[in-house]
Amino acid sequence: MSAAKRPPLPVILLANDLLDGEVVFRSDKGWSRDPGEALIAFDDEAAVALEQAGQRAYANNEVVEVALVDVSLTGDGKPVPNHFRERFKVNGPTVRLDLGKQAVYGRR
Amino acid sequence: MYRYDEFDERFVRERVEQFRDEVARRLDGSLTEDEFRPLRLKNGLYLQLHAYMLRIAIPYGTLSSRQLRQLALIADRYDRGYGHFTTRQNIQFNWPKLRDAPDILGLLADVEMHCIQTSGNCIRNVTADHFAGVAADEIDDPRPVCELIRQWSSAHPEFSYLPRKFKIAVTGALHDRAVVKAHDIGLRMVRDRETSAKGFEVIVGGGLGRTPFVGKVIRDFLPEDELLAYLEAIMRVYNLEGRRDNKYKARVKILVHEIGVEAFREKVEAEYARLDVASINPDPAEVERIAAYFAPPAYEKLPAQSTALDAAMKLNPAFAEWVEINGFEHKAPGYVAVTVSLKGIGEVPGDMTSDQMRHFADLTDRFSLGELRVSHNQNLILPDVKKKDLFPLWQELGKFGLATANVGLITDIIACPGLDYCSLATARSIPIAQAIATRFADPVRQRDIGPLNLNISGCINACGHHHVGHIGILGLEKRGQESYQITLGGDSSEDAAIGDVIGPGLTGDAVPGAIERLVAIYLQERREGEPFIATVKRIGQAPFKAAFQHYVEGLRDHAA
Ligand code: HEM
Ligand code: SF4
Repeated sequence: MSAAKRPPLPVILLANDLLDGEVVFRSDKGWSRDPGEALIAFDDEAAVALEQAGQRAYANNEVVEVALVDVSLTGDGKPVPNHFRERFKVNGPTVRLDLGKQAVYGRR
Repeated sequence: MYRYDEFDERFVRERVEQFRDEVARRLDGSLTEDEFRPLRLKNGLYLQLHAYMLRIAIPYGTLSSRQLRQLALIADRYDRGYGHFTTRQNIQFNWPKLRDAPDILGLLADVEMHCIQTSGNCIRNVTADHFAGVAADEIDDPRPVCELIRQWSSAHPEFSYLPRKFKIAVTGALHDRAVVKAHDIGLRMVRDRETSAKGFEVIVGGGLGRTPFVGKVIRDFLPEDELLAYLEAIMRVYNLEGRRDNKYKARVKILVHEIGVEAFREKVEAEYARLDVASINPDPAEVERIAAYFAPPAYEKLPAQSTALDAAMKLNPAFAEWVEINGFEHKAPGYVAVTVSLKGIGEVPGDMTSDQMRHFADLTDRFSLGELRVSHNQNLILPDVKKKDLFPLWQELGKFGLATANVGLITDIIACPGLDYCSLATARSIPIAQAIATRFADPVRQRDIGPLNLNISGCINACGHHHVGHIGILGLEKRGQESYQITLGGDSSEDAAIGDVIGPGLTGDAVPGAIERLVAIYLQERREGEPFIATVKRIGQAPFKAAFQHYVEGLRDHAA
């Protein structure tokens, strides 16, 4: 992904786990299921590092559908995607609040 | 109901084992995602927003109680306790894991089910009138023909890499309940005027999606026993001439549109004349073997009217309403086909929990000879209920929230999964359906409004049939927000029509109010006994557009 195609900063890296499909976030410990643990890239260098980690993980068959996603930070510094599509992706179905991330980690 | 023969059984089992092997090779890294994706799609396994999704075929919408119980078991063991019935007479599970998929396919094979040809550029699951075999207005049961088409099209070597997906729908009835004019091929059973022999009107080039078309008739009468060879001729023309350069122009509807129906017909007839028809059409003995599976059950000789039913209806108005709205005229005296609504007010259209499935499977055994149907309207049908059993059936359905009396009414909304699940979506569909259903929940008002199809899709692919809804709603994205475009005048019946956009897009919360305005114009303008769509056709779009425009301006003033 060239810089031109990268979304505006800050960004996080999202993917789906290959084995079970669940949405995962690049964190400082590898992939996390908790959106609160997502690493946030505030500059190009960090964004490129995330992007490369994603490419490696994809090539290693750990994850699929890897994408950088631009976010805003909530009051407590947690990232929330700017686009509604990715907001649904990190929360779960809006019609089933008992399912998806929101059921485990709370809504954002 | 059709039962697998040894060949079917072996074929499906082998596919499960093949897929098990493919998954293992994906997990050990010998297949890349690009290599694996088409393989998993061939087995109905998609990747959606939150998880994988498994699409299971329900051929021509017929399901046994045993199969429904197995689906409930899969929902509990491998998913989140529910499934979603779709407009394609499929069921989808929204949370399966890749590692479990081979075992799920194995459980499906145990009950003669599979996910083959539920994705990809092949001939997809063949759909049919959900009242097939029992409808009073039927010439004949279309399902033996559907089963023939299924066998002919399954793993057909010539038609496994078509330019694009291909959907066939069949009806045997006078009234089209299978939307045959919005399919790549639609088949409508007819009788020859002179000989009264059975055959088909052949319709080609219908479809929804980004370029919707109503299908065109290329043969007024095709004798029944020539069907497969004629289909083969159509498929050959499409396979050869359908565009492969642009996926948005690859469906047969575009070919028919670009060269014209006359030219298309000539090509098909020329191909048909060349074909070795006898080698394609099935042996009559095989046709009979298949037809025997669909022979009508031994119906009891019952009086046409049931005194028990009449008495229960008098005593219980809510029950009477349900019978009138959800009941459908059966061929056999004393019987009725019942549509069980999966559109409870505020629920997700087409969703069913595993508890409901099990309970429903028991009711199917007790009240409808162990067989049920899935409709493209995302409801279920008990085809063979005795009139005298309706009251206990209704009571039992009520225990599991399955006795909603709204079939064909404004709250019986078709909705695709939209952005709550689907990765292609541009907006959500389900919450809009829920908001409209809640707004129009009052049973008296719904009944007063009468038959009205309201369909919602979460993107231009039109899985929710919005183009052919009397009122259609299409979810789009506009300036980073979900935006809903409303169409009017669509029709999925034998008078099929594509709706027209009536004005600018709205935010989701403004949609129920807009529907109110359209309904108000209808109530004001309708003639005695005239349903919504007939009024729209008679008075035209203008009064509706004006009311809509007025509503939109009101919203703007309000916001300003
Ligand atoms: C995994 C989710 C789905 C994906 C990826 C998907 C994909 C698509 C695409 C790409 C088209 C447009 C095809 C074309 O015009 O060439 C389409 C059409 C359609 N799909 Fe889906 N769909 C999904 C779910 C569903 C569901 C849940 C239903 C039933 C509720 C459904 C039923 C249909 C129907 C009826 C059409 C339009 C008829 C036509 O093919 O012209 N799909 N779908
Ligand atoms: S219409 Fe669009 S949003 Fe709805 S299911 Fe089809 S592809 Fe998904």
